[in-house]
Amino acid sequence: MGVTEPTIKPTPVAESDERVNDFSIVVATANGTGSQTANLTLLRAFFKMGIPVNGKNIFPSNIQGLPTWYHIRVSRDGYVARRETSEVLVAFNEVTVHQDLQELPSGSICLYNDDWRNIPEREDVVMYGVPVNQFLREVGARGKFRDRFTNMIYVGALSWLLEVELDAIEEALSYHFGGRQKLVDSNMEVIRLAYDWAAENLEKRDPFRVEPMNATEGKFLITGNEAAALGAIFGGFNVAAWYPITPSTSMIDALTAHAQELRVDEDGKPSYAIIQAEDELAAIGMVLGAGWAGARALTATSGPGVSLMAEFAGMAYFAEIPSVIWDIQRVGPSTGLPTRTGQGDVTFAYNLGHGDTKNVVLFPADPKECFEFGTTSLDLAEQLQTLVLVLSDLDLGMNNWMTNSFDYPEEPLQRGKVLSAEDVEEKGFSRYKDIDGDGVTYRTLPGNEHPMAAYFTRGTGHNEHAVYSERADDWTQNMERLMRKFETARTLVPRPVTDEVEGAEIGIIAYGTTRAAIEEARDRLAAQGIKTSFMRLRALPIVDEVQEFVERHERVYVVELNRDGQMYDILRLEMPEMALKMTSLAHLDGMPLTAAWVVENLLEKEQSV
Amino acid sequence: MSSRTRGRDRTNEIGLDYSDYKGQPTTLCQGCGHNSISNQIIQVAFELNIRPHEIIKLSGIGCSSKSPAYFLGMSHGFNALHGRMPSIATGALMANHHLKAVGVSGDGDTGSIGMGQFKHVVRRNVRMVYIVENNGVYGLTKGQFSATADEGLELKYAGVNEFRPIDVCQEAIVAGATFVARSFSGDPNQVRELLKAALSHGGTSVLDIISPCVAFNNADFSTKSYTYGKQHEEPLHNLDYIPVREEIYIDEYAPGEVKPVQLHDGSHILLRKLEAEYDPTDRIKALSRLESALEKKELVTGLIYFDDARSSLAELEGLADEDLPLAQMPEERLRPTPEQLNQVMNKFL
Repeated sequence: MGVTEPTIKPTPVAESDERVNDFSIVVATANGTGSQTANLTLLRAFFKMGIPVNGKNIFPSNIQGLPTWYHIRVSRDGYVARRETSEVLVAFNEVTVHQDLQELPSGSICLYNDDWRNIPEREDVVMYGVPVNQFLREVGARGKFRDRFTNMIYVGALSWLLEVELDAIEEALSYHFGGRQKLVDSNMEVIRLAYDWAAENLEKRDPFRVEPMNATEGKFLITGNEAAALGAIFGGFNVAAWYPITPSTSMIDALTAHAQELRVDEDGKPSYAIIQAEDELAAIGMVLGAGWAGARALTATSGPGVSLMAEFAGMAYFAEIPSVIWDIQRVGPSTGLPTRTGQGDVTFAYNLGHGDTKNVVLFPADPKECFEFGTTSLDLAEQLQTLVLVLSDLDLGMNNWMTNSFDYPEEPLQRGKVLSAEDVEEKGFSRYKDIDGDGVTYRTLPGNEHPMAAYFTRGTGHNEHAVYSERADDWTQNMERLMRKFETARTLVPRPVTDEVEGAEIGIIAYGTTRAAIEEARDRLAAQGIKTSFMRLRALPIVDEVQEFVERHERVYVVELNRDGQMYDILRLEMPEMALKMTSLAHLDGMPLTAAWVVENLLEKEQSV
Repeated sequence: MSSRTRGRDRTNEIGLDYSDYKGQPTTLCQGCGHNSISNQIIQVAFELNIRPHEIIKLSGIGCSSKSPAYFLGMSHGFNALHGRMPSIATGALMANHHLKAVGVSGDGDTGSIGMGQFKHVVRRNVRMVYIVENNGVYGLTKGQFSATADEGLELKYAGVNEFRPIDVCQEAIVAGATFVARSFSGDPNQVRELLKAALSHGGTSVLDIISPCVAFNNADFSTKSYTYGKQHEEPLHNLDYIPVREEIYIDEYAPGEVKPVQLHDGSHILLRKLEAEYDPTDRIKALSRLESALEKKELVTGLIYFDDARSSLAELEGLADEDLPLAQMPEERLRPTPEQLNQVMNKFL
């Protein structure tokens, strides 16, 4: 769906106003050429200059050769959502340059490789050619260094064009190379060469530039997956089992790297085990085995992996085994768009497992919540003795986001109702007996030496004493208790975050990473005099506050990144009397949501009111 | 072993009665070889003075996998999903590497749906006893061939098996197993000896125990000259009718000796006990021995392959020297300090 950015005016190039710290860059390269280093360097340099920034890697499912785009948005107003269009194109992929150029709005600029034979033209775009081969000859780049230095050439030339500070670039490079000065120096040499060449040979004929701000103080840049890994480490995970799948793999990579530093004692003994399983069936099986035996266990995967985990998910629910799945969502059905983002696993996760299965689902919206939910998910799993799914997504998981400092967890680890041998001696033990009336029963761990502590865990029907039973009353009583437990879950899951505006007739409900686009959209709507309130859900099952929020508004839009309006469906089912007040704004094309899409589609629905 | 551990009505050295090692009454068919195996597990745990809480018993799905309910009632048990017992065992033993795990699977559970997990648990050398109660047939779903069924075997309802059998022991060795043995459920002495050895092994011990199905591994009666079958001329037309049969027990046979065993349906299997001088440490010879036995339609019994040099998964994960299982670690081991959080965050740009 074509959506126009209201902020871009197709003004003649020479007369345009300055655009300072408020534009988007798209870097078009080929996958596997090392352009990620260059792009992250630019991103981090903007951040070091104190400018709010967000980077999004739009990459193919490929190791080398296919086109890839990196979007950087600098926003003095602090907006971090994707924009539909970019005004600064770094066209360093000859294969896509014609298309890339076509997509620019009028008044944009294009930095391109001047060595190409056919250089496309656009009269309403300022074209800056860079003689790439000449630089490569000058620095004597051969083999793999040709590609890498080519990327640094655009970093240098763009830095001159946009007035990016070279000190910030150098700091960013130093961070990237972990302080290895030789690598920093060799790359800086190319960057300076290109920078100086641009200063001498290019004539600045566009309005785009950056200048230092102080809007990133106290913040840092991190991917959601790395934040989630740190969250698990500070959340006391001790067994992780996994199978590689994009876009979740980097979470386990980070878990492995940080745990080696943070979770070994003075003697080098680890307080955790991370197992790469043979498939997702085994990964979740190991998580259940570990959770059953008393570990805080998790796996990380994505949609196809979640599909394979469905059978064990049902068992985790029914046999009541603490377990956590991080689902870094990509686009399905099937293999789908494996390197694109979406929120398509919501209904699947909520009911994952055959029969009457209901799971607790958490929705982090940013790295800080990924960190927090590292603890929350493991706590809830043990408190409720059930499966907890955390639904992140590719955009959050794999891209770098600005974040405020993480808060150290205040509460001790919640380990749930576990009986020691002494407890069993004192109170007795029936595995599935609802002693407290909250549906959550007591368990013992293998290794408990009390003669009455053992019980038999099974996915088959069982009575309060965990003994096999096919009796109708045993079955229904147990399933009703599990419903009671789910009601208890409602009281324990993270509450929604609400920004209610007085006098707003319109409410927006959303969850996860769509927050960035929605916050920006609300500002744009407010600028048009349209007030909106916003409730961001952070978990399923929903709490009463959600119904109250809908009741207080005339019309509520449920915004999400999937085709069918999955959360909208769940909300209608959970509060049928509210169904007519809610409207679905659902959309999925593999790209992160934009404010423009939200504004346009919300206004369109508003017109039919 | 002192003689006082032999009797079923005596207490062992840790003061437990034989009955303390029993489980629920079996619901498997009378005469099922699986029950005999359960009894040997009870006997061995009793004789070895194992504290029941130090054991976990695990299984997949199928007749065999029901059996952990019928032994060691004072041990935690986990009846997992079909073919997925190995992953549950792996996770549980990461959480608590001090536990002794006894896994019971069947030929369907291991040879078909669970082949992947079987090979990988063996490959990781997770310290556990992995018993395959192997009868070549699906019992609970009433008589389909399993992947270990003999080629050419004819069953009343399933017809003729056209496929080569999967040899559990060969698969285990190829996957890198460190303890591979085969026995017969009707040879309690050998089962017991192998179980004891398996429990003391530091990695995965695979015990492929041939355990005849009384109900469904019943070849066409008219082609067999088995008088037992003739006496029961009710040839299982009604699937709900399960004949009551005696468990098959065989007399002692010597190393190197071949023992033909008549099964409930009148068919025979040939057990060849590995000769005393057989060297179980040679991987290639073990495989070739199994392969030639398969061709001769013999089942070699005894310890087929053994390797105690390979590290277990817990050792590789750095857990082996740790007294405290992961599951029992206190919060200070599981959650780094606020200072460490600050240090990590400061590393980011």
